[in-house]
Amino acid sequence: MRRTLATTLLAPGLAVAVAGLAASGCLGQSEETSSGQNAGAKDVTLTVTANAVAGGKNAASAEWMDKYVIPGFVAQQRAKGVNATVKFEGNGGADEQYKTKIALDLKTGGGADIVNLDGIWVGEFADADYLRPLVEVAGPDVDKWDGWRQIPDAVQDLGRFSDQRYAVPNGTDGRVLYFNKTLFAQAGLPADWQPASWDEVLATAEKLRALPGVIPIQVNGGTPMGEATTMQGVLPMLVGTGAEIYSDGKWQGATPNLTTVLQTYQRIYGGGLGDPLLQQEAKGRDKSFQLFSENKIGILLESDYLWRGVLEPAKGVAKMADRNAAVGWAKIPAFTQGGGVRGQDFVSMSGGGVTAINPHTKYPQQAWELLQFMNSADAIKAQLAGQARITQRKDVNSEVLSGDPLLSFIAEEVLPLTAYRPGLAQYPQVSAALQQATADVVGGKAVADAARAYQEALVKIVGEDRVATG
Amino acid sequence: MTTVAPPASAGPTPPTPPTGRRGRRPGRRRRPRSGAGRDVAGLGALRGAAFVLPALGTVGVFLLFPALWTIYIGITDYRLTGEQARHPEVVGAANYTRALDDPLFGNSLWITLLFVLGSAVIGQNVLGFALAWLLRRAAGWLRRTVEALVLLAWILPSTVVAYLWITVLDRGDGTLNALAGTGGTAWLLTYPVASLVVFNTWRGTAFSMLLYSSALAAVPPSQLETARMVGASGWQTVRDVVFPHIRGHVLTNTLLITLWTANDFTPFLLTAGGPDHRSEVLPVFVYRTALEGAGDLGYASAISLLLLLANLVVALLYVRLLRARGVDGGADGGVDGGADGGAGRSAGRGVDGGAGRSAGRGVAT
Repeated sequence: MRRTLATTLLAPGLAVAVAGLAASGCLGQSEETSSGQNAGAKDVTLTVTANAVAGGKNAASAEWMDKYVIPGFVAQQRAKGVNATVKFEGNGGADEQYKTKIALDLKTGGGADIVNLDGIWVGEFADADYLRPLVEVAGPDVDKWDGWRQIPDAVQDLGRFSDQRYAVPNGTDGRVLYFNKTLFAQAGLPADWQPASWDEVLATAEKLRALPGVIPIQVNGGTPMGEATTMQGVLPMLVGTGAEIYSDGKWQGATPNLTTVLQTYQRIYGGGLGDPLLQQEAKGRDKSFQLFSENKIGILLESDYLWRGVLEPAKGVAKMADRNAAVGWAKIPAFTQGGGVRGQDFVSMSGGGVTAINPHTKYPQQAWELLQFMNSADAIKAQLAGQARITQRKDVNSEVLSGDPLLSFIAEEVLPLTAYRPGLAQYPQVSAALQQATADVVGGKAVADAARAYQEALVKIVGEDRVATG
Repeated sequence: MTTVAPPASAGPTPPTPPTGRRGRRPGRRRRPRSGAGRDVAGLGALRGAAFVLPALGTVGVFLLFPALWTIYIGITDYRLTGEQARHPEVVGAANYTRALDDPLFGNSLWITLLFVLGSAVIGQNVLGFALAWLLRRAAGWLRRTVEALVLLAWILPSTVVAYLWITVLDRGDGTLNALAGTGGTAWLLTYPVASLVVFNTWRGTAFSMLLYSSALAAVPPSQLETARMVGASGWQTVRDVVFPHIRGHVLTNTLLITLWTANDFTPFLLTAGGPDHRSEVLPVFVYRTALEGAGDLGYASAISLLLLLANLVVALLYVRLLRARGVDGGADGGVDGGADGGAGRSAGRGVDGGAGRSAGRGVAT
C-alpha cells in the first residue's frame, strides 16, 4: 500500500515539480528593461510607495503625496497630453518590516515604480540587483538634472553606492539628547542643560531618579527596535569613544571602545536608570515615544524625527501639546572632552531616506519625471507645509529651517559634528550583531560575555581579517 | 485495524484542495483489495488518469514543488538582499552544521518543545477532555453556552485574538493586572513561554473538546452504569472504563494538536519571539531568520526542513503507538467532524502547510 501510494503520487508530482524548477530558472536572476521603453506613452500608470500612511505613521508625507504630488504631477502631464494615473501605496509598519516588504517586491520584479527607502539599504539592494544606477534605469539625462547642484555632497552619499547614483535623497537628520524641562525643573535641574560627558549624563539621570513614576533615561537598545538601537544608541556612543564602526577597511570588534559602549548600557539598564523591559517589548520604541510625551521619561536619545514627527502637537503620533515649552535638547557628548571621533567634544550620527526607481518599472522616463517633480523646490516646500525638516535641497533649507528652533540647532550645531554609517552591503548584518550585543546587556548578561559573542558574530559576517580588535 | 486509518487520514487532510482529496482516496482504498485490473467506474486507464491529473498537478505545484524548492534553497547561502541574493552559492550541508551549533536554534527547539507539551499535549488535551467529561450530562443550555464560548476562542481570527490578549496581558493597564492586582507585571516579557502556553490552551481547546465529546458518546452507557453500581469513583471510571474506549481518539487528537501547535505562527503576533528570543518557537525563528534583519533565506530553509523532519518523526511515533495498542475505532463521525472544523484554524494552517499534511499522510499509509 505504501509503495502504490508513493508511486501514484510521487512520480507525476516530481515531474511537475522539476518542470517548475526548470521554468523558474536559477535563484536570483532577473530580466532586463530598457530606459527608453514607453517613453512616448499616452497613458501612464505609476505607483509610489513609502513607509507612510494617512492618519498613521509619517502621515504628513502620505498627505503630501495625495494632496500635492499626485494632482500636481497629473496636471503637469496633462499639459503635455499625457493621461497619467499615480497611486500612493501607504505602509505603517516598523522599518524592518517595510524593508522586508519592498525587498520581496523588488526581488519578484513587482512592487511600486517609485520606492522610498532608508539610505543605508541602498548598498545591499544594489548588490542584490534590486536597484540599478539611475542612469541605467532612466538614461543619461539623470546626471543633467539641475536638482543635484542643490543637494550637498554628504547628503548625496545617502543615495550613492560604489560611486554611482542609485536614488535621490530626501534630506538628512541628526541625533540629540532630548530632555523634559518640566521634569528637570521638578528635580532642580537647569533648563539649558548641556552635559560634557556621559558621566555627567548619567549623574543627571541619577538626580531624576527621585521623581516618582519617571524613567530617568532611555537609550534605545535590544533587538525589537532594530536599526533604531544602532542609530540612537550604539553608534552615537561609539563615536563618542573616538571610534567609528567602520574605518580603514576594518569593522570594530570587541574593542575597548565597544566595551565602553556596552558598559554604559549596563550602567543605564543594570542600575535602574532606564527601564530594561521597555527595550525588550515588541512595540518598545512607540511606547518610549508615548511615555516621553506623557512626562514619564527624563532623557531620551532620539533623532529630529521625535521632534517633528512624534511630539509635533498637530500631526505627531504621540502629540505633546506643550512640546515647544517642555522639550529641551542637548548635543550628545563624547565620553571625555575631546575624546570623540576626530577629537570632537560632541558627536552625532546622521542618516536619511532616499527615493529610488524600481528597475522593473514599465515607464522609466515618466518615473524619473515624477521623481524630479517630487524633489523640486516647490514640492519640498509644499511637503513641509509649515513643519520644518532638514531637506535635501540647500535652497529650501535656507528658507525653512530658521523657523524651527530644534532643526536650525541641528543644521547649525549638529550636522558639522555628525558621522554617517558606512554604505556597505554588510552593514545591516553588523548592525544586527550590535543590536544583539545590547540586547544581551539589557537582558542582564555580563558585558564581557556580550562583547565576546558580538566578536564571534562579527567574524562570521565579515571575516577575521576585517575585524579591528585593538 | 483498518477502521482506524480513515479517521486519522481525514484529520490532517482538509488543507488539501478537495480535488486532491477525492482523487487520492478511491485509488488508495481499492487497489490492495481488488488489484489494478478491475475498473469499477468504467473509465479506462487513460480517462481515469485524466481525471486524477489536475489533482496531482495541484499537489505537485503547491506541495511537492515548494518542498523541493525549500531543500534546494537550504543548501545555498541565498539571502534576501545583498550579493548572495543575486548570486547565491551552493554551500552543501553548511546550513545544517551551522544549525547544530547555533544556540538560538537549540533555544528555539527547546521553547517549541515546552510550548507543544504545555499547551497541546497537556493543556488542550486535559482541558478538552475535562470539559467534554463534565459537560456530557450538563443541562442543554449550559453545555451549549460553554461549547459556544470555547468554540468562539477557536474560530476568531488570530490577529483579533492576539490583540485582545495583548490588551489583557499589557503591563500598563492590562485587564489581568487590573483584576489580579498585579500592577506593572509585564506578563509577555517576564513569563513569555508561560503566557503563550496559557494563550494557546485557551485558543485551541475547542478541537479536543469536540473530539472527546464525540468519543465519549461511543462509551457504552451500560458499562458506565455498571461502574457506578460497583461504586467506582469518578477517576476510576475515567481510567478503567472510559479511557480504554477512547485510547485511539486520545492518540489521534494528540497527534493532530501536536503538529498544529509545533507549526503554529500565532506566538509571533503576541511576542514576536521576544524578549530576546525567549519565546521564539521554531516557525517564528524561521520567519525572523528568513525575513527580518539578516534575511538569511538559505539558513531559514534548512531549519524549515529540520522542522518538517521533526514533524515526521512525531507522526511516525504516534503511528507506532497507535498500532502497538491495537485500538478499536468506531468514532469516525467524531474525528471527521472535528477535523473538518479544523479548517477554520487559519493561523496554524498557513505555516503548517506542507509539514502537517505530509505527516498526516504518514499516518494514513
